[in-house]
Amino acid sequence: MSTAIVEQPNEVFAGTAGPLVKVDHLTCVFDVSRPWLERTLAGAPKQMLTAVADLSFEIARRETFALVGESGSGKSTVARMVVGLLSPTAGQVTIDGVSMSDPRLAAAREKLRRRIQMIFQDPFASLNPRWRVDRIVAEPIRAFGITRNDAEVEARVSELLKLVRLDPADGRKYPHEFSGGQRQRIAIARALSANPEFIVCDEPTSALDVSVQAQILNLMRDLQDRLGLTYLFISHNLAVVRHMATRIGVMYLGRLVEVAPARDIFAHPRHPYTRMLLDAVPDLAMAGRQRKPVDGETPNPIAPPPGCPFHPRCPFAAERCRTERPHAIVTGSVSVACHAVEEGRI
Amino acid sequence: MTEPLLSIRELRVEFPTRRGILTAVDGVSFDIAPGEVLGVVGESGAGKSLTGAAIIGLLDPPGRIAGGEVLLKGQRIDNLPPEGLRRIRGKRIGMVFQDPLTSLNPLFRIGEQLIETIQLHTGMNAAQARDRAIALLVDVGIPAAERRIDAYPYQFSGGMRQRVVLALALAADPELIIADEPTTALDVSVQAQIIALMKRLCREHNVAIMLITHDMGVIAETADRVAVMYAGRIAEIGPVRDVIGRAHHPYTQGLMGSIPTLTATAERLTQIPGSMPRLTDIPTGCAFNPRCPHVFDRCRVERPELLPAERTLAACWLYAADRRATA
Repeated sequence: MSTAIVEQPNEVFAGTAGPLVKVDHLTCVFDVSRPWLERTLAGAPKQMLTAVADLSFEIARRETFALVGESGSGKSTVARMVVGLLSPTAGQVTIDGVSMSDPRLAAAREKLRRRIQMIFQDPFASLNPRWRVDRIVAEPIRAFGITRNDAEVEARVSELLKLVRLDPADGRKYPHEFSGGQRQRIAIARALSANPEFIVCDEPTSALDVSVQAQILNLMRDLQDRLGLTYLFISHNLAVVRHMATRIGVMYLGRLVEVAPARDIFAHPRHPYTRMLLDAVPDLAMAGRQRKPVDGETPNPIAPPPGCPFHPRCPFAAERCRTERPHAIVTGSVSVACHAVEEGRI
Repeated sequence: MTEPLLSIRELRVEFPTRRGILTAVDGVSFDIAPGEVLGVVGESGAGKSLTGAAIIGLLDPPGRIAGGEVLLKGQRIDNLPPEGLRRIRGKRIGMVFQDPLTSLNPLFRIGEQLIETIQLHTGMNAAQARDRAIALLVDVGIPAAERRIDAYPYQFSGGMRQRVVLALALAADPELIIADEPTTALDVSVQAQIIALMKRLCREHNVAIMLITHDMGVIAETADRVAVMYAGRIAEIGPVRDVIGRAHHPYTQGLMGSIPTLTATAERLTQIPGSMPRLTDIPTGCAFNPRCPHVFDRCRVERPELLPAERTLAACWLYAADRRATA
C-alpha cells in the first residue's frame, strides 16, 4: 500500500519563509436593516452590524492558531473570510504570499484553493446524506483534478479512511450509519483528501461528547505532526484551545483584545476580558470551589459601546476607556489592546 | 441521615419499537436529600435526561416507565394519574430546561406567565401574585423588575431568559428542581452567573436540585454528589470530589481523563477505545465491558451492582468483596 500518496509532506513550500497566513485589518460589516419599504415607511436608518473590525494576525507554518471568544464575537466570520466563503468589507487575507482578494491573482488563487480546507462544527450538516462516504471523501480529489483514475481514487480514499482510523469498507456506507464522532472523522478525511496544508477548523468538537472529543483532538494533533498541517482553530472552549493551540487570539465584539502564545495566556492573562474568561470557565479542579461570576453580558453588536468595547463590564475601566478605543500594543510575543495594561494600572 | 426527599428505586424506561423493546434506563436507583444538589452526568444516550423526564412524568410516548418506583417524601408518584402528577409538577417539583425559549411562551409577557403559574399553585389573587412575581424576578437578579415584568421573552437576552425560567421554577416554592442542561446554551461568562444564582437559590430556598448535564466542569463546582451514567445505568455515584478526583469505575476514570482542562499538562488526552453501545445491542454483563481495560470473565456474563469503592459506589466487579480480598 503506498502511503506515499497521503503522506507527502508539504516540502514544496517548506522552504518559503514568512508566515503561511497573514490577516491584515480584516473587517466585515453586515447590513441587518429591515426591508427597504418597511424602513422607508418608518423613516428608520440603515442598521449595520460590524461582525469583525480591523483584525490582524499571522499564522506561522505548522502552528495552531486559535481564536476564542463567546457567541457573537465574530470568530466564525473570521474563519469564513479566511477560507474565502465570505468577502471581507475591508482588509485582506494573504495565504502563502497570495492575496485572497486581488483580482489580478485569480490564477494563483485557483492553485491555492487545494491547499486550504475547512472542517465544520456539525458533522450532521456538513456531509451530504445522499452520498456514500467514499464519494464524499473523493469529491475534492476529483474536483481539484488530482487524479482521474478510478483505481487511484479508490486507493486513496481507503488510505484516507485508514488515516482517520475508520475501516476502508466504511466507504460503501452512508453518513447516517455513523455516530457523530465517526462523521467528524469522515469530514476530516475529506478535508485531507486534497493534500491541504492549511485547515480551518470551526468548532470541530463542539457537537461531540467529551470522550469522542478526546479521540478527535488526539487525531487532529497526530495528523498535524505527520502531515505538517497548519490549523486555524476556532472554539469557545478554553480548555480545548489550551490543549490544541500554539498561539491564541481572544476576540470580543469583533476585535482581538489579546494575542499571545498559549502558555502565556493561561499563565499570565493580561487583558481584563481574558482574565474574566479564564475565571469563568468551570474546571474539574474547581470541585467544591466557587468561581468568580462576572457581571453583565456581551453588548449588542449593532450598537457597540464607544471607546473600548469591554469597558461597561471591565473592573478597571477609566475615563479614557469610555472614549478612546485602545490599540494593540505589542511587547515581545504578546499583543494587548487595553489602556489599563498600557498605562500599567493592572 | 434524614429521610430522602426523592427516592428512585430500580427505575426502568422502555421504548417499544418495531425492532423490539429498547431499554433506555435500566435499573437506576438513587436518593436526593432535602436541599442537596445531585449532579447526573453522562454522554449522549446515557439516559440522564430520560431519568429526569420519567421522574416528573414527562416521557414522550411511546416511552414508558416499565418498572421501579419514584418516591417523593416516601409517597409514590410514578403511578399517579396524570391529573395528580400535574399537581405535583410545578408545585413541588420545578423544572428548568436547556433552551429557555422552550419554557417561555413567546406570545405572553413574562409577568403573565409568572402570575399564571403562581395563581395556579398558590391561590393568590392577581395583585398578590404580581407582587410575588416581581419579588421573584428581583430574587433571580433581573434589574428593574417592576418594569421588565411587562416585557416579552424576545426582549430578554439568553442569560436573562434563563433567570426568568428559574423564577418560574421557583414560583410555587418547590422542594426539588430538575434542571436539564440549564447552562448548556449559554456563554461561559453567563453560565457562571446562572450557576452562582442556582447555588444561592438552592441555599436560600432550601430546594434540592437534580442537575442533569454533560459538562463535568459545571458539576464540579455545583453538585454535592454526582451520579455518572453509562448506557442507561449508573456506573458510579458518590461525593463530587471523590468521583472527579479518585474515580473508581474504569468508565469514570476514562471520562475524567478525556476532559481537557485549564491546568493539565498532558500532551494527549486519555482515549476510551470504541464508542457508546447502541440501545439495540447493549453488551451482556457490564455494559462497559467491551471498552474496559480491566475486563475479566465475570464482567462479560454478570451485570455488576453498585459496590462500595472507598467513598463512592461503583458498578464494577473490580470492587467485589472476593476480588478485593485477593488484590
